[in-house]
Amino acid sequence: MQANALRAAFPRTLPVMTGYLFLGTAFGVLLQQAGYGVFWALLMSVFIYAGSMQFVTVGLLAGPFAPLSAMLVAFTVNARHLFYGISMLGRFEKRGPLKPYLVFGLTDETYSLLCAGEAPDGVDKGWYDFFLTLLDQLYWIAGSLFGNLAGAALPFDSTGIDFAMTALFLVIFVEQWENAVTHLPALIGLGASVLCLLLFGADRFIPFAMVVIFAGLYLLRRLAPIVQVQKPSSEKTEATQ
Amino acid sequence: MTQTQALLTILFIAFATLLTRALPFWVFHGQPSAFVRYLGVVLPGAVIAMLVVYCFKAATPLVWPHALPELIAGAYVVLVHHWKHNLVLSIGGGTVLYMLLVQLVFA
Repeated sequence: MQANALRAAFPRTLPVMTGYLFLGTAFGVLLQQAGYGVFWALLMSVFIYAGSMQFVTVGLLAGPFAPLSAMLVAFTVNARHLFYGISMLGRFEKRGPLKPYLVFGLTDETYSLLCAGEAPDGVDKGWYDFFLTLLDQLYWIAGSLFGNLAGAALPFDSTGIDFAMTALFLVIFVEQWENAVTHLPALIGLGASVLCLLLFGADRFIPFAMVVIFAGLYLLRRLAPIVQVQKPSSEKTEATQ
Repeated sequence: MTQTQALLTILFIAFATLLTRALPFWVFHGQPSAFVRYLGVVLPGAVIAMLVVYCFKAATPLVWPHALPELIAGAYVVLVHHWKHNLVLSIGGGTVLYMLLVQLVFA
C-alpha cells in the first residue's frame, strides 16, 4: 500500500523538487555566509520547515536576542498557513494517525500539490498525501544541507537563484487558472494583494491582504454565489471511495 | 547572539510556525460549517495569487531596472508553462533567465 502510494506521489512532487533544491540551496548558502554550519541548516529545515521564514530567520540570527519578537514575526510571515489549514480541514480529518505530520508539513508548495487533487484511483489517499508531504520536506532538507556544505565552493554566481520560488508559484497559478471553474477568487486574491502592497508596503501587506481577501470572498458568496459548495451527502460518497 | 540564544530563537520560530499550521484544526474541530467549506473551495485560487504578489514585493517599478528582470522572467514562466506544461522549461528556464538578467543584462 505504501509503495503504491509512493510511486503515485513521486512524479507529482517533481516541480517542488526543482523548486526546493534550488531554494534550499539558496537558503543553505545564506546561512553558511552568516556563520551557521550544517547542524543549524538541518535543525531549521527539520523543525521550522517554512521557506520564506527560514530566509527571514537568517537575518534575525544576526540581530539581538529577542525570541518573542521573533515569534511574532514568524506568526505574521506564516499567517497565510491559517488559510491552508481551513481548506484542508475535511480532508485531513480522514487521515487518522498521519494527520499530525500532514498539518506540520503544510507548506505553500505541499499545499499546492494537495490542491492539485487527491490520490489517483486504487491508491491509498492517506499515504499519498503523506508521501507528497514527506518527499517535499526531504527535498528541502537535501537542498539546504547541500547549499550549506557547498556554499563557499559553488562554481557560479548564485545571485537571483531565489527566483525559483517565484517561478514555482507562477506555474501553480497558471495551472489553477487553466483548471478553475471561475477566475473570480484568483482575481480577488490578485487585486487585494496588489492594493495592500501599494497601501501598506512590502513588509506588512500580507495580514491586510488576508483580511481583504476574506471580505472579498464573503461578499462574492453573498452577491454572486457562483461557486457551489459540496453538500455533506457528496462528502460521504467521497469518503467511501 | 550566543549558540544557546540562536537555538532558543529557532525553537520559538518553529513553535510559531507550527501554530499557524495547527490552529485551524483546533478552532474548527468537528464538522466545519458551510461557509468554512466554501472557503476551502475558493481560498486556494485567491491565496496562490497572493503568494505570486508576495514574490514580486521586492521589485522596484519606479527606479532602475524598473522591475524589468522580474517582469521579463515572470512573463517567460507564464507563457512557456501555458504553452508546454514542462516544469524544467518553466521553473528551471525561468530561474536561469532571471539570473542572467540580473547578473549580466541589468547588472
